[in-house]
Amino acid sequence: MSEFRMPSLGADMEAGTLVEWVRKPGEAVKRGDIIAVVETQKGAIEIEVFEDGIIEEELLAVGATVPVGAPMARIRVEGEVVSAGVASPAPPPDAPPPQQASPPPSPVIAAAPSSVRVSPAARRLAKDLGVDLASVKGSGPGGTITRDDVSSAVPAPVREKGRYDFSAMRRAIAAAMARSKREIPHYYLSHTIEIGAAQEWLAAHNAARTPAERLLMGALFVKAVARAAREFPEFNGFYADNAFSASEAINVGVAIAIRGAGLAAPALHDTADLDVSALMARMRDLIARVRAGRFKSSEIADPTITVTSLGDRGVEAVWGVIYPPQVAIVGFGRITVRPWAIENGIVARPTVCITLAADHRATDGHQGALFLERIGELLADPSAL
Amino acid sequence: MTETETEILAVLRDELQRLAPEIDFDTVDRTRPIQQEFDIDSMDFLNYVTAIHERLGVNVPEPDYGKVATISGALAYLKSR
Repeated sequence: MSEFRMPSLGADMEAGTLVEWVRKPGEAVKRGDIIAVVETQKGAIEIEVFEDGIIEEELLAVGATVPVGAPMARIRVEGEVVSAGVASPAPPPDAPPPQQASPPPSPVIAAAPSSVRVSPAARRLAKDLGVDLASVKGSGPGGTITRDDVSSAVPAPVREKGRYDFSAMRRAIAAAMARSKREIPHYYLSHTIEIGAAQEWLAAHNAARTPAERLLMGALFVKAVARAAREFPEFNGFYADNAFSASEAINVGVAIAIRGAGLAAPALHDTADLDVSALMARMRDLIARVRAGRFKSSEIADPTITVTSLGDRGVEAVWGVIYPPQVAIVGFGRITVRPWAIENGIVARPTVCITLAADHRATDGHQGALFLERIGELLADPSAL
Repeated sequence: MTETETEILAVLRDELQRLAPEIDFDTVDRTRPIQQEFDIDSMDFLNYVTAIHERLGVNVPEPDYGKVATISGALAYLKSR
């Protein structure tokens, strides 16, 4: 028997609120399955299980807020005999989150009635609007309370707020970025490259495809960083306990702006192994989900390096702040047409300024320069990405 | 307004309101770029072009993106297709 615990979804997370049990006791689950939805400062996150087994018992009621590390459910590992109810204390081998909170699990802070079914979206809306769910009548299947039910329970002038709690998100960003600037000795490098070959390759690729299949330059940027990170593993991993450890997996975190002044940088798993079309599809899906307020626990917890890209409405260069415990962030400015020297003349060419902010405890500028130069080389030959 | 125009406008309204729910479609300047008016990035713009393809059956090639970059431009372009 193992206990499934409230995961840590970042250095700044202290507690989470259970919004929904996606799976029920008695159901078999496989590693990676979404078992529950938890509300955090970063929004509603879909929580995945770490091992195969059967859900024996759920220990939390919907609405409960518990600290990181608190038991949420008991899971019977496959092959295990139905137990006599004595839970063994052994945690699953790979379940402990990187930053286990020190305080012991405390009793439930707040609980809402769990007998009524409420859709996660409706619950969020109710929380945002301050609606007491006990006073709402459900019109969905089986009496489930829907968003519309919540909306209509509110007097007309109250407008729907966004899906995120932006003041909480702001505090989470503040905590992580302040920690970064306090603890990480950043060094910075920049490298401006000519990007015409990649633009031409993209135009030719997209000309033959429907909008749903087209690529954006951002996908090439992310792929090039992932490929370079494989060759320079000292930029891909985590700094903890006074030492850097490289990560075998390359999960590039993509900084995504969220309407209403929010920001998240969830991971694209195994980025280096995806071809650019698959990578683009994953980015599209990830960005849509993040902007709609849903992402998975593993996407939040395990980026190994981050890419921030200003896109076509940005400015020339961005100097990133490293998201701890990562050790590097690569920035891409807006593509800008500039005078460019070739052989004996000067021509107007599209260029992009690539920047690196890296942790001086893990690497030095010399390695950083080679890493950045390699990203530029990879972008010069886009068909090989 | 013709039936076609009404249908096109309904799709544009739907999609842009989905991408930028807090911006009132009826108050934006229809002659200015939607990327600025609705504060959307290139991923959102690609989603907008994708919706035009899927809902109106018009595959806007990349070189024509400028022609659908404003609401009034998009109306004229899509009507002629």
